Amino acid sequence: MTSAGREQFDVIVVGAGPAGIAAATRAAECGARVAVVDDNPALGGQIWRGGAEKAEDMQAREWMNRFQKVGPRLFPGTRVIGQQQSGMLLAEERDVPRTLRYRTLILATGARERFLPFPGWTLPNVMGAGGLQALVKSGLPIHEKRVVVAGSGPLLLAVAAYLRRHGAEIPLICEQTSWTRLAGFGFSLISHPGKIAQGLKLKLGLGFVPFAANCWPLAAQGFDRLESVLVSRNGEKQEIACDYLACGFHLVPNNELAALLGCELRGGFVAVDDFLRTSVPAVYCAGELTGIGGVELAVVEGEIAGLAAAGDESAARALFGNHRKLQKFVSSLARAFAPREELKSLSSPETIVCRCEDVTFARMGGHASSRAAKLHTRCGMGPCQGRVCGPAMEFLFSWEAASVRPPVFPARVASLSGMETELEVESDRTTGGTR
Amino acid sequence: MSEQITLTVNGIQVSVPRGTTVAVAVLLAGAICRHSVTDEPRAPLCGMGVCYECRVKIDDVSHCRGCQTLCEHGMNVRTDD
Repeated sequence: MTSAGREQFDVIVVGAGPAGIAAATRAAECGARVAVVDDNPALGGQIWRGGAEKAEDMQAREWMNRFQKVGPRLFPGTRVIGQQQSGMLLAEERDVPRTLRYRTLILATGARERFLPFPGWTLPNVMGAGGLQALVKSGLPIHEKRVVVAGSGPLLLAVAAYLRRHGAEIPLICEQTSWTRLAGFGFSLISHPGKIAQGLKLKLGLGFVPFAANCWPLAAQGFDRLESVLVSRNGEKQEIACDYLACGFHLVPNNELAALLGCELRGGFVAVDDFLRTSVPAVYCAGELTGIGGVELAVVEGEIAGLAAAGDESAARALFGNHRKLQKFVSSLARAFAPREELKSLSSPETIVCRCEDVTFARMGGHASSRAAKLHTRCGMGPCQGRVCGPAMEFLFSWEAASVRPPVFPARVASLSGMETELEVESDRTTGGTR
Repeated sequence: MSEQITLTVNGIQVSVPRGTTVAVAVLLAGAICRHSVTDEPRAPLCGMGVCYECRVKIDDVSHCRGCQTLCEHGMNVRTDD
């Protein structure tokens, strides 16, 4: 059986978001044979979801058009599940296993929202902030729906603005961080933080939408779906009726594949040098994986990694100045939107922390490590493999992240056995002396 | 008006514009994606293929993530299956 061929590329980029698109485009423009593998059905990742036709911002459209012009090979709906040997990725496209060979690999797997448990957060219609936006971009009608946007990070404002443009009513945006921390967030020239929020809101078309700092969800309420949310606002409780709660606490990197490949991590992010080389030879890393810094930084990192991977180090070096400037944003974002201590005590003993295996806060606590909790309760062992509860456990119990094992995503047995067959063929050939 | 795609969710016909994902079609059909191991109703959380809360059976293939799958004509989607 040919698993859609065993193809060889100079550069493979994993992830087709802003960093991946910039990396692939730059590498292909240098003449490299480039492939891009992405789990989503279309180009764009999350922030540019849906491809060039749907892109609402100019930068997205420009990059996607530039990408299409040089035409790297795109494998949409395909995800990398592991690496059988150096230079050989194993991927799955729906049911079809694929083996992709590379000389150089660029990881641009981006970030996901950090979810923190609170009573009722497993109710239908409680979603991530980016999660709800992604569903609306995927066809969910939001016109005249009431959406409370909560959690932390600049994403909340962007999501609220997007939803509002599509006809949603936003009764409140709840930002858990304090005004003081918001003020420290790169706006120190402006003395009054209230003015900053006002300015941002106006810019985003959120003029009449109430925004509260020091505000977070206490409970999502409803019988079999969400009916209202109880929030803490400046120390007082407030109940708000709504159709959706869009709630995410800033972002965490999708570092599982990088960890599996053995890339050195620092504080969960992939350690890279100026050319965005990781600790593993021929493996580069760009975008949110190296630090949460937003789309501008992701693009410049993609460019540098793409140029460097294709061998044009001097062109890559020309971008170092801009890169360094944009990198400053990473630490100020992390400082401004770090989850506050109070969020550790939102769960009741019955609150589910691991949604795959329905492991409660009470059952999870009392263990010494994520590994011990995992062995005793199965937390983190369901289909999401700890991608949702892992970052929550790290925050709630100060546990280190659990180790990553292949396959990095649930895969079909056929894909795994198909890969072994390929390997046997490969080693036969090697011993046969044909290579 | 964009092209409409007709599929079934638990035997009920749903029409959605091309480009709509299965997760959205399930919500529009008023269905719940799955029940958890302690029988809680669950619906999409992350919207980007990470959380698996939207997993459904599509054309007899179990555990497909609805949010990462585009609707196609004649698709047969079953929840809690």
